[in-house]
Amino acid sequence: MADLPRIAARDWTSQPAYLHPAYKSTPLRAPSRPLLPMRHTLSELAQPVYGHEDIGELDHDLTRNAVRNGAPQGERIVVTGRVLDEGGRPLRHTLVELWQCNAAGRYVHAVDTHDAPLDPNFLGAGRTLTDGDGRYRFLTIKPGAYPWGNHPNAWRPNHIHFSLFGEHFASRLVTQMYFPGDPLLAFDPIYQSTPVGVRERLVSRFALEATEPGYALGYEFDIVLRGANQTPMETPR
Amino acid sequence: MSEPQAARPGQTPSQTVGPYFAYGLVPTQYGYPFRSLFGAELAEPRTPGLPIVLTGRVLDANGAPIGDAMLEIQHADAHGRHVRTRAEVAETGFRGFGRVGTGTLPGSTYAFRTIKPGATPDGQAPHIDMIVSMRGLLVHAFTRIYFDDEAPANAADPVLASVPAERRDTLIARRADLPGGTVYRFDIRMQGEGETVFFDV
Repeated sequence: MADLPRIAARDWTSQPAYLHPAYKSTPLRAPSRPLLPMRHTLSELAQPVYGHEDIGELDHDLTRNAVRNGAPQGERIVVTGRVLDEGGRPLRHTLVELWQCNAAGRYVHAVDTHDAPLDPNFLGAGRTLTDGDGRYRFLTIKPGAYPWGNHPNAWRPNHIHFSLFGEHFASRLVTQMYFPGDPLLAFDPIYQSTPVGVRERLVSRFALEATEPGYALGYEFDIVLRGANQTPMETPR
Repeated sequence: MSEPQAARPGQTPSQTVGPYFAYGLVPTQYGYPFRSLFGAELAEPRTPGLPIVLTGRVLDANGAPIGDAMLEIQHADAHGRHVRTRAEVAETGFRGFGRVGTGTLPGSTYAFRTIKPGATPDGQAPHIDMIVSMRGLLVHAFTRIYFDDEAPANAADPVLASVPAERRDTLIARRADLPGGTVYRFDIRMQGEGETVFFDV
């Protein structure tokens, strides 16, 4: 085990606590015992096997990947950014999966009963691999806000769900990207569960340079995963 | 208004997977018109090793089964090796990684079809890594599954040894040899009596 690559520990000062009572789904589901520390082995350094062959030609373009009889309703946007490790190293050819509701704030998922229209031309799911610079790029429709049952008059801010592995099972990240200036962020217990001074990392940046002129506004969202530990640790055993 | 890029940017915080992940992450299982990249089958009939079904439920603090959880598992092949390339996957049919939601089987059960992993060359007992995600879980939970018919190997496993003896049982899957084949049962208890050990890995 002496020459296993080491990856940086999860930075718990950058993470929400499991129990966040304002988010009403946490009290019955949050683990109550402290996590047991575990030094990763080969098993946690391995990662799912996938490649370019697994990604469909339109998987990154949510404005076209579910079209039946026309273009989806709503404001087209570009969502782009880089996937990096903590050393700033780009993670190349790494999988980025995302899903979101439509422009009216309705998810395709069968259990979403929000009284807002489904869009026959929008699924809201996509995936891509980062390029040689660690950059990903999606075309999609700006998701709407929607009400939820967490507390009276609760509304989720506009958001897009992201799922990544990076290079290891241990660097797995599921998160949500928000939009700059959204007034609902101040009232959202999921966003607010994340520590002050850190939660801002979840907010994308409006990026004129990522805008496709005459077609779609651009938003930039960089994602930082646990990565190679720069500080050598003592060799185990 | 762009922030200056720090030399060492901080980790992106986790957020819950929420209740609506299925059409994005496990669409085929739930019947959505999108092809799943990963599913409940990690192996094919031709894959070397003992075919097994790994099944169970995810339970909340009241012992109620959770029907909107997502489970991801990763493990070594029958020889204790992790697959690394598409060529290796093509050769044996073993994918090494699987993903399911708990929303399609009766009783909110989950079921993976795979092969029993072998002990790994670094001296670990046969094990399966599992990541648990769900609405209400702001950061995914990581756990490990061991096998009740591997007592000698389990007794020598360094990770299992790091777990207080009275809690090790929460990490052991129970074997049943049924007419349809070998089944291992493993429930995940998020909280309370018999709470599953989760690791900070």
